[in-house]
Order: sequence, then structure tokens, then C-alpha cells
Amino acid sequence: MPLQTPSSPHGHARITVTHIMIRVALALLPGIAACAWFFGPGVIINIVFGIIVALAGEAMMLKLRNRPLAPFLRDGSAMITAMLLAVSLPPLSPWWLTMLGILFAIVVGKHLFGGLGYNPFNPAMLGYVMLLISFPREMTAWSPPLSLNEHPLSWWDTLRAIFGGTLPGGLSLDAVSMATPLDTVKTQLKLHHSVGQIINNGSIFGSLGGKGWEVVNLTFLAGGLWMLSKRLISWQIPVAMLAALGAMAMFFYTVNPALYVSPLFHLFSGAAMLGAFFIATDPVTASTTPRGRLYYGAGIGVLTYVIRTWGGYPDGVAFAVLLMNIAAPTIDYYTQPRVFGHRKD
Amino acid sequence: MSAPLWTFNGGVHPPQHKSESNREATRPARLPKRLTLPLHQHIGEAAKPAVQIGDRVLKGQVIAHAHGYVSAALHAPTSGTINDIADYPVAHPSGLSAPCIVLDSDGAERWVERPAGRDYTQIDPSHLRNMIREAGIVGLGGAGFPSFIKLNPGTEKRIDTLILNGVECEPYITCDDRLMCERSQEIINGLRIMRHALHARECIIAIEDNKPEAYDIICAAVAGEAGVRVALLPTVYPQGSEKQLIKVVTGKEVPSNGLPIHIGIVMHNVGTAYAVYRAIEHGVPLISRYVTVTGDAVKQPRNLEVLLGTSVLDLLQECEVDLGATDRVIIGGPMMGFALHTVNAPVVKTVNCVLATTAAAIPEAKPAMPCIRCGACMDACPANLLPQQLYWFAHAKDFHRIQEYNLFDCIECGCCSYVCPSYIPLVQYYRFAKAEIWAQERDREKAELARKRHDFRQLRQERDKIERASRLHKKKSALHSAEAAADGPASEKTEKKAAILAALERARAKREGKDDSGAVGE
Repeated sequence: MPLQTPSSPHGHARITVTHIMIRVALALLPGIAACAWFFGPGVIINIVFGIIVALAGEAMMLKLRNRPLAPFLRDGSAMITAMLLAVSLPPLSPWWLTMLGILFAIVVGKHLFGGLGYNPFNPAMLGYVMLLISFPREMTAWSPPLSLNEHPLSWWDTLRAIFGGTLPGGLSLDAVSMATPLDTVKTQLKLHHSVGQIINNGSIFGSLGGKGWEVVNLTFLAGGLWMLSKRLISWQIPVAMLAALGAMAMFFYTVNPALYVSPLFHLFSGAAMLGAFFIATDPVTASTTPRGRLYYGAGIGVLTYVIRTWGGYPDGVAFAVLLMNIAAPTIDYYTQPRVFGHRKD
Repeated sequence: MSAPLWTFNGGVHPPQHKSESNREATRPARLPKRLTLPLHQHIGEAAKPAVQIGDRVLKGQVIAHAHGYVSAALHAPTSGTINDIADYPVAHPSGLSAPCIVLDSDGAERWVERPAGRDYTQIDPSHLRNMIREAGIVGLGGAGFPSFIKLNPGTEKRIDTLILNGVECEPYITCDDRLMCERSQEIINGLRIMRHALHARECIIAIEDNKPEAYDIICAAVAGEAGVRVALLPTVYPQGSEKQLIKVVTGKEVPSNGLPIHIGIVMHNVGTAYAVYRAIEHGVPLISRYVTVTGDAVKQPRNLEVLLGTSVLDLLQECEVDLGATDRVIIGGPMMGFALHTVNAPVVKTVNCVLATTAAAIPEAKPAMPCIRCGACMDACPANLLPQQLYWFAHAKDFHRIQEYNLFDCIECGCCSYVCPSYIPLVQYYRFAKAEIWAQERDREKAELARKRHDFRQLRQERDKIERASRLHKKKSALHSAEAAADGPASEKTEKKAAILAALERARAKREGKDDSGAVGE
């Protein structure tokens, strides 16, 4: 038998990209289940449909780029992109919206930049922002939380709503959707109501954030903590992002609580936890040095607050992530760790 | 005995595989019929043969002298006849052959005359170093740097700490473990000799906690010895790497591009200490060493005391290898060892382990996927580098940027490749980049030399021209003055010359006036 002479090291820890992606997907499941519980089964349908579209888009692009199909379809990255984007869409989004967003994420966001590992922007967030800019009406029609929903839709009704565009009993889309808590706060503040009035008048607010939303955020937090304990992600980005978001909110809340909502509301509303643990931590597009990850995460936290508070959109995580994606290479350059045996500067 | 310990960044915990080979006591390997001794078994210049084909040699006799300062002598591991001096396959990653002395043993193991037991305390350190040099001792941990050089404290620096490295952090290897268990007194005696040579203030013997037996035995051996302590370290790879181990036991970092001695620290392997003891107190040069023979292709994994020059095949057969199932034979451990091209290569001074594995134990590497910048390599890097960035620059062949990111601080320990979820052979990329940079530097040096030669040639030509002109001028003026001295005839001569010149001038003017076309050219 001829001897093999590969170069060292001989052997491997035997952890693959696929292992990592599958575990990230597992960590997402509790949050997805909470979404489905509070906002209807649409999210699950969107995710399943989204994954199929993502894999088809991925296969098509790999074929066009003459890349091997099997290893790249199996790596699980397209699946994660689809899950992250689909979970961010309103549960009753029409199928074409989901498909457009996901194809944009995979084709433009990922493959036109060179595929896995070469994309400068988070593909899911790129797809999300494209949809948000192009279809603002569809993108803001979120389902009411369970306790406030007068017309909860069954699986079948949801399927028909998503793929047929028809709602049972002649309901209009407005009847099965309402503004999110972040959206409500934003619109009402513009009408010169105080934060206290808004929250007391609105039945959609819970004890931390909005009803349903706070539980969804808590479950994403739990999934994130599990990923931290398994060392699937490093602590710097989520901690820095949540701390920065909380600190900004705390400062302005202290200055004027009638104009600015509380830090807890910010931390447990919208995409805060999903963003901190699952989106901002996308390794390909995030900062990669330990110190850089702190700046990167903090930047996302600050920008999220700024966009939520003074920007044109109710939530700012997607924009904040994309903006910090641009900054990541520069952050990495200036935050190189001290190499062993080099002097401390 | 517990003193504070420090840590270094990262490291990995690959499966140990130590228990396969460390259960049984070490025994001498069978005396082979033929020994092949490469002249280059160490860092530095190859040794120069001191024997000729057909010579009869005794065990321990010098067969090749150290050539130059950084070099090591070679001794006959047994008595016999020199059969050949030529190129043979050696244990080297390239698989190339190298000059070797081939010795056929006569089976008698007749020793050369050895000095009687010597008391090292009565020997001057410089003389000690010379004896260690003549015994051909090099670092037995794997690097193979001539030991006498590392036993010279120099004139400026005081040696604060002498560290004996018994860490043996590579999986599978247990030769230092067994040596510490079986030869503790000899190791400590060797340590004393080294300490004497270096005037070291304190000594630390570092052992990982996966070798509890060795730790206990060494502790017992040094009990009560002033200024010597044993440090028990939590197991992590690559803790046995010199700079990392110094950090762990002293908290000091050897500067990049620097040597431990620059911060008053010297480190030797426990095996080297044993060799030093045998050389000084028994006059036994370095002719054998402990070697671990292990791996799942070997039925009887164990440690053997092996004569240098014994072929790897002999060792594997002695431990009942299944050659048919053997997929690779690694010299050293799985993390940093290299795979042999042929099992006919001989054991040299730096071979601590022969690892024969099947494809089941170490499967072929998966095809590499793109880097997803997850940073697992960075978290594992003991040099605190950014392997993901180094990879990027190596991939792009940006050899300028890669040096800005301190490529040359990479110790090639393999942790990054080991953990990479994309199975990228990162270390290979770094080796490639280093080799390219070295090649570029050589080319640059060559070009620089050529430029200097060219410049010098021009300078020389210029100088020659000036010298010739000045010589001519001197001659002329000398002639002039001579003519002036001769006076009369000389002035006559000049007048005559002037008349001739004037006539020539007239003739030329006439010719040009006639020939119109010629004037155009003028």
C-alpha cells in the first residue's frame, strides 16, 4: 500500500460548517415556535417555503457558476439565510414576497459577490431591506398577537392566504393585521402623544415590550444563550449590541421618558434578540477580531436605536447590520490583537 | 510546590492516545544488521565523515566530526564495518535522499575506550560544553539544535531560569513520559550538569497532568533540591512549544524574533538532560534514544531505546506492524509530524515517535470549503495571530500584507487547521507563503549582488579610464619636461611638427572646398 504523505496536522476536530449551521438552526426553533404560537402558523409556512426557494436558488447559481452542488447545498448556509429572512417577514406575507426576498438574498446578496464566505453583506438582511423599501405596505402588515386576534386563521386558511391571496369570510388584510408595537409607538409619537399615553391606551403592550413580541424575544435570547454555551458564537457581538442599544435607550429615557421608550421595551421589541444573537453574529459579514466584534456589535446597537428613534422605519436592526457590514473590514484592520511576543502598545 | 501558572491564547485538545504506548517499560530495540547514519541530523552544518569505506569502527567511536560551530559530531552506535558513504533515503518531509554513513554491525557491541566516571562539579563549564559538543548531543525534543550552544550563558546575560521540558503535548508520543518514569535520577543529574554550565538561578521541570506517574517520580527525585521545582500543567496542545511553555511557567513572553536567552531563560528537553548526564558521567556519546512506536497499524505499541540509524521498518516490525493496512507513517506526532515517503528511512537524533496509522484512525482530509471567517482558528492560535486574515493574504499571494499580519510569528503548530470547520489546510498556506517570501528574498539578494557587481564594474572601468588618462598625461608631461630640458633640438622638432600640421590643415580645407557634397555632411 503506497504511503500517504499529506502535510501536518494529521487529523481534525471533525467539526464542519454543516454542523455549525444545523446547530444554529436548532437554536432558532424555540423562537420560531413562539412566533407561530403568537402570530399564527404563517411563519412556519414561510420558513419551509423559503428554504425550498433558497435551495433552488442556490442550486441554480452553483450550476451557473460551475461549482459542485452537493457540498455547497449541504453546508446549510442557504437554509439559515432563508430561516432568518422568513422569520422576519409578516406571517401572512404573499408567497411571491418571500420568494423575491430570498432569491434576492441568495442570487444578489450571496452568489454575485462570490458565494459562501465572500459576501460583504448579510444576505438575509439585504433581502429584507430590499423588500422593505420596495413593498412597504406588505412588509408592515403584521398579524396581531394571539390574545388580540379576533380572527385567528387555521393552517389551511393561512396557506390559502399566502398562496392564494384570499382570506376566509371575505376578511380584508387589514382585519387580520395591525401595526407592531414599535410601529405604533413611532406613529403615535409623531402625533404628539406621550409615551405614557401611548402605552396606557394601547392594548398591544405587555410588561416588557409588546404582547407576544416580548416572549418571542425571550425565546430568541434563550436560543442565543444556548449557542453561547456551545461556543457556536462568541459573546462580544450580542453583548455589545444589546448593551449599546440598552445604554442609548437608558440615556434618552432618563432625559425625557415622555418622548423616549424604556430600555426594556427596546431590548424586547422587534428584532432585538434575533438580531443580536442570530443576525449580527453571521461570521462572514461581521468583524472577526475579539475587540473588533465589540465595536461592531456596539455600532449595530447604537444604529438600531438611532433608526428606531429618529429614522423613517419602525425597526432598525437590518439597516444597522448592513451599515456595520461595510465597516467590518476597517474595524478588523484597526483592532488586530497583540501577537505573542510583540510589545504592548 | 505549587507556583503560579500563566496561560497562552487558544490551544486545542486532540484525543490523547497516550495509553496505548506508555504501559510497558522501555526495552532496547533489536540490534539491526545495518545502520544508516545521515550526516545531517541536527540544525546547522552537516557533519564531515571521519572514516572511510571498509574501516572497522568501535561502538561510540567518532565517525563524523562537527563541521563549523553550529553542527554536531556523529558516533558509531555499535561496532562494525563501514559499508558505504553515499546518498540514502532519510526521514525528511521532502522524501529526498541525503549523504549517509552505512555501518554493518558485527554483533559484538565492542566499545571504544571510555573515560572513567567524572565529577562534573570539578569541570569548568566551558570544558563541559566542549564535552557535550563532542558527544554529538542535540535537542532531543524534535528541533535538534546543538545543545552546547544553548548551555552557554554568554557574557552579558545572567541565566535566571533553566526549564526542563517534559510536557510532551503531542498526542500518541510517550517517550519522554517513559524516560521520566524510568530514568528520573539520570535526568536530574543531567539537569544539575546543565545548571552548573549555565549558572542558572532556578530550575523548573514542566510536566503535563496527563503524566501523573512521571510527575510523582520526578517530584520524588528532586525532593529537597534547592532551587528546583516541578510544575504540573493542565494538558493543552501546543504547551510543549518553547515560547508557549516559557509563558506558562514564568509569565514572560520571548520577544518576536528573539531567543529565550534574551530574557534570561534556557529550555532543554528531558531527553537532552539524560543524554548530557550519560555523556559527562559515563562518557557515552549520543548513539541511541527513546522512540515511541505507536498508531493503530501497530499491534504492540511501546517505547524502545533505539540505536541511531535503525530503519523505521525495523522498529515497526519489532512492534508487529500491519504494513498492508498502514496508510501513513508519521515521524513525530499527528499535529506537527511529517509523513514518510518510505519506511526505509533511518531513525535520527530528532525522531521521538514513529506513528503508523490506518485510514480508519486518520481519514483523508475532506475537500476544503470557503472560509466563513468564523474565527475558530483565531480562538485556537497560541501565537495570537489572525489565521483567517493570514489565509486570505496567502490565498491572494499578498506577501506584503501577510507579513504585516506577522506571518513569521506562526509556529506551524497546526491548531488552526485542526479546528477549521471548512477543512482549509491553513498551515500549508502559511508554509507556502513563507517559502515564497524566502525565495523572493533570495532573488532580491541575488539581484542586489548583481547590481553591486555591475556598479562596481562601471566604477572600475571609470577608474581605469581616469587612471589611464592621468598616466598618459603624466607621461606626456614627463616627455615635455624632458624635451624642454633638451631645449634646442626640441623646439626645432615642435616647429617642424607645427609646419606639418598646418600643411595637413590646408590640404583638408582645399579638399572640402572642391567637394560640395562633403560639406553637407560636415
